[in-house]
Amino acid sequence: MNDPLAKVKGWFTGGGLLWPVLSLAALLAFNLAYQPAFFRVVIQDGHLYGTLVDVLNQGAKVMLLALGMTLVIGTGGVDLSVGSVMAITGALAALLVTTTALPFVAVLALCVLAGAALGAWNGLLVTRLRIQPIIATLILMVVGRGIAMLITDGQIVTFEHPTFVFFGNGHFLGLPFTVTIVALAFAATALLTRRTAIGLFIEAAGDNETASRFCGAPVRLVKVLVYAFSGVCAALAGLIATSNIKAADSSRVGELMELDAIFAVLVGGTALTGGRFTLVGSIVGALLIQTLTTTMYNLGMPPAIAPVPKAVVILLACLLQSPIFRAQLGGIFARRTTAE
Amino acid sequence: MSDVLLSAREITKSFPGVKALAGVQIELRRGEIHALLGENGAGKSTLIKIITGVYQRDSGTIQFAGREIHPRSPKDAEACGISTVFQEVNLIPTLSLAENVMLGRLPRRCGIIQWRAARAQARRALARLGLDLDVSRALQSCSIALQQMVAIARALDVKCELLVLDEPTSSLDEQEVAALFTVLRKLRDDGLAILFVSHFLDQIYALTDRMTVLRNGTFVGEYATAALPRLELLGKMLGRKVEAAQAAPTASAKTAGAETPLLDARDLGRCGSVGPIHLRISAGEVVGLAGLLGSGRTETARMLFGIDPHESGELRIGGERTALRTPGEAIRRGFGFCSEDRKVEGIFPHLSVRENLVFAMQASRGPLRRIPAAEQAQLADHYIRALNIKTASAETPIRNLSGGNQQKVLLARWLAMQPKLIILDEPTRGIDVGAKEEIEKLIETLRAKGMAVLFISSELEEVVRVSGRVVVLRDRKQVGELDGDFDESRVLQMIAQPHADE
Amino acid sequence: MNRKLLPLLMTAGVLVALFVAASCMYPGFGSARVIANLFSDNAVLGIVAIGMTFVILSGGIDLSVGSVVACTTVVIATLVGQHHWHPLAAIGVALVLGTGFGWLQGGLIQRYELPAFLVTLGGMFLARGLAFVVNMESVGIRHGFYTAAQEFSLPLGGKAALSSAAMLFLALFVLGLIVAHLTVFGRNIYALGGSADSARLMGLPVARTRPAVYAVSGFCSALAGVAATLYTGSGNPAMGVGLELDAIAAVVIGGTLLTGGVGYLAGTLLGVLIFGTIQSALIFDGRLNSWWLRIAIGTLLLAFILLQRFLTRGPARGSAG
Repeated sequence: MNDPLAKVKGWFTGGGLLWPVLSLAALLAFNLAYQPAFFRVVIQDGHLYGTLVDVLNQGAKVMLLALGMTLVIGTGGVDLSVGSVMAITGALAALLVTTTALPFVAVLALCVLAGAALGAWNGLLVTRLRIQPIIATLILMVVGRGIAMLITDGQIVTFEHPTFVFFGNGHFLGLPFTVTIVALAFAATALLTRRTAIGLFIEAAGDNETASRFCGAPVRLVKVLVYAFSGVCAALAGLIATSNIKAADSSRVGELMELDAIFAVLVGGTALTGGRFTLVGSIVGALLIQTLTTTMYNLGMPPAIAPVPKAVVILLACLLQSPIFRAQLGGIFARRTTAE
Repeated sequence: MSDVLLSAREITKSFPGVKALAGVQIELRRGEIHALLGENGAGKSTLIKIITGVYQRDSGTIQFAGREIHPRSPKDAEACGISTVFQEVNLIPTLSLAENVMLGRLPRRCGIIQWRAARAQARRALARLGLDLDVSRALQSCSIALQQMVAIARALDVKCELLVLDEPTSSLDEQEVAALFTVLRKLRDDGLAILFVSHFLDQIYALTDRMTVLRNGTFVGEYATAALPRLELLGKMLGRKVEAAQAAPTASAKTAGAETPLLDARDLGRCGSVGPIHLRISAGEVVGLAGLLGSGRTETARMLFGIDPHESGELRIGGERTALRTPGEAIRRGFGFCSEDRKVEGIFPHLSVRENLVFAMQASRGPLRRIPAAEQAQLADHYIRALNIKTASAETPIRNLSGGNQQKVLLARWLAMQPKLIILDEPTRGIDVGAKEEIEKLIETLRAKGMAVLFISSELEEVVRVSGRVVVLRDRKQVGELDGDFDESRVLQMIAQPHADE
Repeated sequence: MNRKLLPLLMTAGVLVALFVAASCMYPGFGSARVIANLFSDNAVLGIVAIGMTFVILSGGIDLSVGSVVACTTVVIATLVGQHHWHPLAAIGVALVLGTGFGWLQGGLIQRYELPAFLVTLGGMFLARGLAFVVNMESVGIRHGFYTAAQEFSLPLGGKAALSSAAMLFLALFVLGLIVAHLTVFGRNIYALGGSADSARLMGLPVARTRPAVYAVSGFCSALAGVAATLYTGSGNPAMGVGLELDAIAAVVIGGTLLTGGVGYLAGTLLGVLIFGTIQSALIFDGRLNSWWLRIAIGTLLLAFILLQRFLTRGPARGSAG
């Protein structure tokens, strides 16, 4: 593809990381022009503060969810239950720290296990009972909140446990600790998927499940694993959310976050039909949502209206992934080149 | 009594890069069942689609009932009086029989559907075929055979003069076929023109009055069924002169080899698919599966590889009795399978050549032990050179490659596994002549090194040339095995032999 | 015939069982008044679920319904309360907007072959945001027409009476039944959900039908918004979060397959009533808390989905796996 016009055409029709990064850059540029304060970072007590840092901090939950969601979508599925899993694990953690003397590490481990178990449940529904992923995870989405409320007995459980509070609010190496959590999770996911063959198996299962089976790949196991992993990510995000407000608010925590996560993955460039996935893209997608939200907040736009630009971006992302739309776009460029 | 209903002449149709039909003709008469025959690439499906409005012809004429027609859609063709019933019954499985028959033509009064009238009309339409069914039951609660009848009833109810049946018997058992034929004969006697597309030779000889043969997009000839012996028909379909049998072809009894065969299948079968199959392959042998399109070769391969496990008969691997229930089990026993439908069953379109190539090997090592990048690169480069795969690099997405090169990558995938037995289903389809030779030489090299090969191809010369023994299939059954000294004529004679029941 | 009605019968059985159990456990539950109130209290959910049924029957899904309901209530409340429009005019505008919104979504899904899930997800965000743009807070509606409409009720004998919202629900249900079973449009929806490819080959107007189905859903969401204003006397941009899930649950419990082509509106009505019965029972109990509703619905959902899987594997000679 040496023809430069063809290359430009490729940018619009090819996909990849280009669009998400460009969009993020555009947003940042907008802020640079209208709200330079966006970029101001101050150091206080050895910690960095500023809007950029806020974006990273608040976006941590969605970034975590997006990691798990990317792998699930890579296999051609989707996980609608992550918000509810967040609620359940948050409630579990709050309950454990207020009623037992378990060290936080144990609480963390138990919650992660719970998340994995819930995810595995989804995985089994999908692989053994052959239920469509949307429907299978919908069940946990509906029931999960009820279970979370059951755990906290309908109350909002508050706590003061120092380590737990640090989890979502503390600082490490100058940045909020949540950034560290995300970084570790990202590194672990990247290692897991690229250093082993699991990433390849996920992409193959999403790209052509029949061919995967014919090659003897353990498709069912891979699917159960990705759903379990999504549950683990949701558990971590739930703990952060709970820690943020120092309380388990089962009815609100994680509300609609699954949609943000799907949005991040989609905008990041992973196709909803599965196959090739990009973890970096999903992180960029999540940052894009958070930056969008924060930008609007800074502009004085009430957070309730934030969904409108989100909707526009989702629609654009969908359209760009549609071959029919891309053909129409490509048609605009084709007129300038010779007939193909 | 019979007069010409449809006359198509000089039909030409091209697609980017391939000329599907070149000056083809067909003449269909009322009160006649007419067969359309041809092997792979003959153009049957294209001709049907042109007649029924799915495609538009590039040039040529179609006269229907005295008028020139140019159907632009299936609905157009239906309006002219041409109805089609496809192999995958194109009705709505969740709706009732009555609704399927009447959909699009439901009787209404002021916008409200008159269900009683609809059901009555549907019942009448089915009665025309001699069927008395509960029209309120869901279509999917009926067998495929009945669903086809419903499709035919619908076609007829829409004032059809020409009924096109595209592979109607592929999913039917013998009784259902007989029932269908009874109905079709009655319709013919009532004056309907029927176009019957199939590759079951026995059925064609049992049912049809005349036949049109196509080959490679050209018209070969039109014949009265009763006047054309099978052997000659096969010759016309495959484009070769066939001499009459000098000596009756016999399946020579092969004395049992000293070693236990790698694979020994006896009476192997699968209900509704293929069988019974008797097949023995030993290390260092190339056994071919020969037969016409639709004879059950791929079904046999899938049965042997555990994709559609066998339901009857006995399978021994290395002497011990076993059953292969999944491809994974077959792979663990040292089998490999290069599928004929690479798009659906073979390639991972968005993944790279390298990833496609090493996938089966990686699958056998499990998810945790990744094949190191260096080894993958080496493997990929080795096979890219060995098989002369034309690709910009090993990282190119496989869907950017031509069909032939994709096939080579899939071949490499299985070769990399160094299997004991490799099943190759149409490995040279869509590959240029030079590459074909390479692959044939490769098969010989593999055989010499001790690999067992089951070779399936629709090109008879190829099967005969490459294989040491050939198992012959026809209409989903095995009709014999050839060994020792044989050629294509022998294979054709075996296929042409009428079914024992006739 | 029997096989097709089996899921419906099971749903009806569950409803009756629940109602009887609740009547035994809570005095006063088994009364005509409670039954009539079921329709009033769940009118919004019911109307939305009717629209959702049509969409799911066609093989799609609509996640925007809750937000459209909220947006509708705010539009009506703002037009009547702050701009002094006559309620009927405001209602008319709202219905047109809702229908148009749905039609746009359906058009995008059909034209560009976009996944319904995502497009209506975007629609959900958009409608929600727009609701807040119209008005950031809840707005009360004070108008003679509304007061009259709210007080209007159809007495059924004893203390039972149907409110105007309930009557809207029932009227729409009857209309929906007629459309689904007696009009070509309705049958086209069933055909589209049963097999879109076959429907196209059979010459059915698939390209027109799909946007129309989503328009119907938009209309129902708007109508539900009207019912909500009647029920609460106000417009609230924050209401209806999660309503789409409840609607989907009611539809599935009612026996409609999420894959499309199979299901009855009557089933949805039963599903909504089950939802309402459980909710009422919980209120009567006073001890159990509202989240048990979630758990009960989720469990029922699972049970019915498993039942659907089991039943659809049954009849025809299917291919392996």
